[in-house]
Amino acid sequence: MAERSFAKEVEKLRLGAGEEFSGEGILAITKALLQCGVGYVGGYQGAPISHLMDVLADAQDILGELGVHFEASASEATATAMLAASVHYPIRGAATFKSTVGTNVASDALANLASGGVTGGALIIVGEDYGEGSSIMQERSHAFAMKSQVWLLDPRPNLPSIVKAVEDGFELSEVSNTPVMLQVRIRCCHVHGRFIAKDNKRPTMTVADALDAPRRDTGRIVLPPASFLHEKEKVQKRWPAAVDFIRKNKINEFFGPEHGSVGIVMQGGMYNSVVRALQRLSLADTYGVTDVPLYVLNAVYPLVDDEFLSFCEGKDAVLVVEEGQPNYIEQAFASMLHKAGRGTKLVGKEHLPMAGEYTGQVMLDGIGSFLRATIPHLLPGEVRAPNKIGDGLDTADLINVVPGRPPGFCVGCPERPIFAATKLVEQELGKHHIASDIGCHLFSIMPPFELGATTMGYGLGPASASAFNSPDAKRRSISFVGDGGFWHNGLTSSIGNAVFNKNDGVIVIVDNFYSAATGGQDILSSRAGNNTKSTKHPITEAVKGMGVKWLRHIDRTYDVTKMQDTLREALTTDEKGPKVIVASSECMLNRQRREKPLVDKAIKGGKRIVKPKFGVDEDICTGDHACMRLSGCPSLSVKSLDDPLRDDPVAHIDQSCVGCGNCGEVADAAVLCPSFYRADVVHNPSRWDRFLEAARRATISLLQRRRESRRLTFADA
Amino acid sequence: MLDAVPSSRSNAGAPENERVIKLAVLAVGGQGGGVLADWITDVAERNGYVAQSTSVAGVAQRTGATIYYVEMCRDTGRLPVFALSPSQGDVDILIAAELMEAGRAIIRGFVTPERTTLIASSHRIAAVSEKIEPGDGRASSSKVHATAETAAKRFIAFDMEKIAADNGSMISASLLGALAGSDALPFTRESYEQAISAGGRGVKASLAAFGASFDRARGIASAPPPAEKAAEPKAAETGSGAAAKVSGPESLLKGWQDLAARVAALPLALRDMTFRGLKKVVDYQDIAYGGEYLDRLDQAVALDGAEHDYALSISAAKHLANAMCYDDMIRVADLKTRSTRDKRVRREVGVKEGTILQVTEYFHPRIEEFCGTLPSRLGSYIETRPKLAAFLDRRINHGRRIRTDSFAGFVALWFIGGLRRWRRRLLRHKVETAHLEHWYALALGHVRDDYALSVEILNCRRLIKGYSDTHARAQSKFDRVLSALDLLKGRADAADWIRRLREAALKDEKGEMLDGALKTVASLGSDLAN
Repeated sequence: MAERSFAKEVEKLRLGAGEEFSGEGILAITKALLQCGVGYVGGYQGAPISHLMDVLADAQDILGELGVHFEASASEATATAMLAASVHYPIRGAATFKSTVGTNVASDALANLASGGVTGGALIIVGEDYGEGSSIMQERSHAFAMKSQVWLLDPRPNLPSIVKAVEDGFELSEVSNTPVMLQVRIRCCHVHGRFIAKDNKRPTMTVADALDAPRRDTGRIVLPPASFLHEKEKVQKRWPAAVDFIRKNKINEFFGPEHGSVGIVMQGGMYNSVVRALQRLSLADTYGVTDVPLYVLNAVYPLVDDEFLSFCEGKDAVLVVEEGQPNYIEQAFASMLHKAGRGTKLVGKEHLPMAGEYTGQVMLDGIGSFLRATIPHLLPGEVRAPNKIGDGLDTADLINVVPGRPPGFCVGCPERPIFAATKLVEQELGKHHIASDIGCHLFSIMPPFELGATTMGYGLGPASASAFNSPDAKRRSISFVGDGGFWHNGLTSSIGNAVFNKNDGVIVIVDNFYSAATGGQDILSSRAGNNTKSTKHPITEAVKGMGVKWLRHIDRTYDVTKMQDTLREALTTDEKGPKVIVASSECMLNRQRREKPLVDKAIKGGKRIVKPKFGVDEDICTGDHACMRLSGCPSLSVKSLDDPLRDDPVAHIDQSCVGCGNCGEVADAAVLCPSFYRADVVHNPSRWDRFLEAARRATISLLQRRRESRRLTFADA
Repeated sequence: MLDAVPSSRSNAGAPENERVIKLAVLAVGGQGGGVLADWITDVAERNGYVAQSTSVAGVAQRTGATIYYVEMCRDTGRLPVFALSPSQGDVDILIAAELMEAGRAIIRGFVTPERTTLIASSHRIAAVSEKIEPGDGRASSSKVHATAETAAKRFIAFDMEKIAADNGSMISASLLGALAGSDALPFTRESYEQAISAGGRGVKASLAAFGASFDRARGIASAPPPAEKAAEPKAAETGSGAAAKVSGPESLLKGWQDLAARVAALPLALRDMTFRGLKKVVDYQDIAYGGEYLDRLDQAVALDGAEHDYALSISAAKHLANAMCYDDMIRVADLKTRSTRDKRVRREVGVKEGTILQVTEYFHPRIEEFCGTLPSRLGSYIETRPKLAAFLDRRINHGRRIRTDSFAGFVALWFIGGLRRWRRRLLRHKVETAHLEHWYALALGHVRDDYALSVEILNCRRLIKGYSDTHARAQSKFDRVLSALDLLKGRADAADWIRRLREAALKDEKGEMLDGALKTVASLGSDLAN
């Protein structure tokens, strides 16, 4: 079950024509899909579209009622390959994933799909993970659209526009026989807004109908000679059809006055930030009514030559607002102007940064600079020659004070002890080459662990260590892969590859029962039952099936000593071939979400429940913080003592502690100190518990009184 | 950079009913910033506003700094164009769910003196980088407070985390209370409460936290900035460290009073520290040990004077106590078996009536600890025979988990704690005393030539802490810092250098900073030679 439940929200998907929908962008996209009569949907989770997958998973009843098939695909490649159902059949299909990482994985299927073309509308919703909050390399999905010649929509970031883009996308796909990518940015996915709903539509043809009446057409299969024809078809038929559709249906929008000496062209997704800059420059009002002509590209690929050229008509200068690099759109427009022999000056990255997110300030600076250079006379005096205000504040001092706060392991995370053990083994055996993977476990690269040298892609941790396999080496490589990455790609690309190439390295598979980093979605090896998916397939069985001989399974990662012993053995054993350790413990975030209500209920119901929590004896703790250098747990922090004899703050465990055990285990394994204690509170104790407790307390307090009566006791000591 | 300017079209100059209010929330992942943003959106909509909230979800939220952003405008029937993320210099209300996040907001330019109401919870959540330093790596809260006072139009800060915890709720509720109480938004208290109630989960606790925080913020918002509270008279000024309550058998109390009388005869400036130190050593061992402590301290006092504000003696009072109360097995066992400790654990864990507490201690003794607890000759005998020591170590060196709520576990520790009366004869005591004497003599030896250097040598005792390997590393840092003495002696800035070396040693675990600093000192030495 996913981290966040949309069980309540999905009821909004049932809204009918004329009713107002209010909610998150992601949910609006789902509603739009249903309004378009989609026949099947699939995808792979990952921010910012994880919630789209969660919404779909929680909406399976509604999807079922409409005859819509939903898949939690094994990877983005799987999801895109699924769109093959729209090649021969007039069924609308949609796939969704994080981009560009997901698009990278999907690109094989995408290229094949694009070559043969589609009959039913095929929509790929990509969550563009770019700018602040992104967790991946900074690239653009735009290039994929160009290379495979699929169309790319980039709607204005408000709910009505996104919903319309879904509708337009399907139609565009069908009239041009081409898959369409719909790009939504991080904040757009999570934007809260409203739109007027339409009725949901059943697909005109369901996947069941198609199965009952199979079709084929050799001309749509990617193999010569058809593949050569596909290429021609792309430019001769599909492209013109797409351009026609975009022009006729006014997919791109114009705002502001028809005439003016300057204009701004932008990706649809940039519209709100551009208007905000104009508002701040006194050139637009609250509702976006502006004095500057704007040309908004809700379709960023293909571009419509004549539409752009007519926008440039009579303008001295046009600014292109295109986030990210390379600046494909700007280059294309420059080429259009040049070929048309126009004198309009085209600018873009001169005023705006080549790379990086176009934040509010960047936009204000860039557009301001463009307008000051072109139409200073139309600007209010303050904008033309601003008196700098508010610049007196010196924050330089503060920059050195405020600590960075990158994301890290949660309270009680079962991955923390794995890396604590790795750090301890390295203290013993020396530094090793460590290859990391994608997932929460990648937080190991940051303090306090600082383990891991590279990350090469999902499920590719062990693959990225494959070169480090030499008979001359005295040390082995260590590589990590999570359970999500393992099933996504790792089983073959990493484990199979290591077996086949007789890699001698150590592979640690971090098994936390979910695709945890993306929001706790179920995967093949999840331990929970799932009504619509098949779970409980052990990773160890799969690894054995790939031919791994040296395999160890640790079913409680919190056992740091065992983890350490196993790693040491793996690094030193004489056995050849990959040494695979599967380290399993449930993601604490999900476990707490699952167990906490049950535990609270059981306690209320009078059941005997033991709740653990850790603590630190502050008079035993010396404030050396060695424990924190092996933890980084948010619940284990520092605290000042009200004691002038002590200079350094001591360790302290706050109320958020879930009693995972890492503190005690690490103190033991690393021989740190005896300050930690585990306090188990027995709720609703049995009669035997109470009897034992009374007897123990009586004798213990007898001893305590005896000793304390023979010494001095300081009230505040 | 182009700054926002008021004009006919701009937001600031827009007709009042078209003005967009911009509100950003900076929080640490897991604090419930999303809930807060949803509540605020709901409140706005209940008051006839159009509102838009956005956030960055995903991995960025896992305990890292994260932003939620809300824009709202009176509903005029037309749809405003809202931005999706906050801009520098363009935020009306900034809510920081933790103090350093308020600092981060200021650095990022989201707080401006002309318009921003900054509402911040003043509690701290230490970042990993602050926690892993062997010394005190925490960021300065006062700097953030001071900057915020000038950076914001209004600055409302108090511990909203505590208010939430006291009311059994989450900080999102007390943050909302502070927002409502600040009157930064034109909405009634009732509409906020309705939004909370509509949420449906933990409503009662949330409302309580909301209310408490509302009142607190309202108090701050309406009252003139409170004058700095008159500092309470420090204990040091009154020597009130002696006021601690002492109980015990008559004979021991008599001894204590004699010791206390000796402290009372000391110069006022060092009485507080001395009382604390004395209490610590007597509590650690016995009255006689307290006497030894004062004897040692007297050596420093004899060399000291009011012209130095007794800095040397105060430092000696502090560090002698710490050095004499070295962390051995006996001390740990003694502390873990006291009735006061039991009470503290119950309080910290929050053990309620009708539940039972079970406490597990984590011990990992090694041969070193074992020998330390043997009579000194026997202990040395073993330690000087590596084979024997290794043989015993294999039997001793295991993690042991001891239940101090069980009789057997308690008695085992109680017994070890009882070895206290023989402590003076044990090997560890001999080693620690020798180390102390050497350090103390070294420090006092410099008083006449370089008073400040003496004080700094005393202060180096701060470096010695931790158990087992950590303790060994600490000892090595201590030795390395003092190894620079020969080079530094006679220099006017010798004390300053020792202080710098000590601070470097507290920066990282292995002492890499210290090694760098020592190299610099070595180069100073060669400069001198030239």
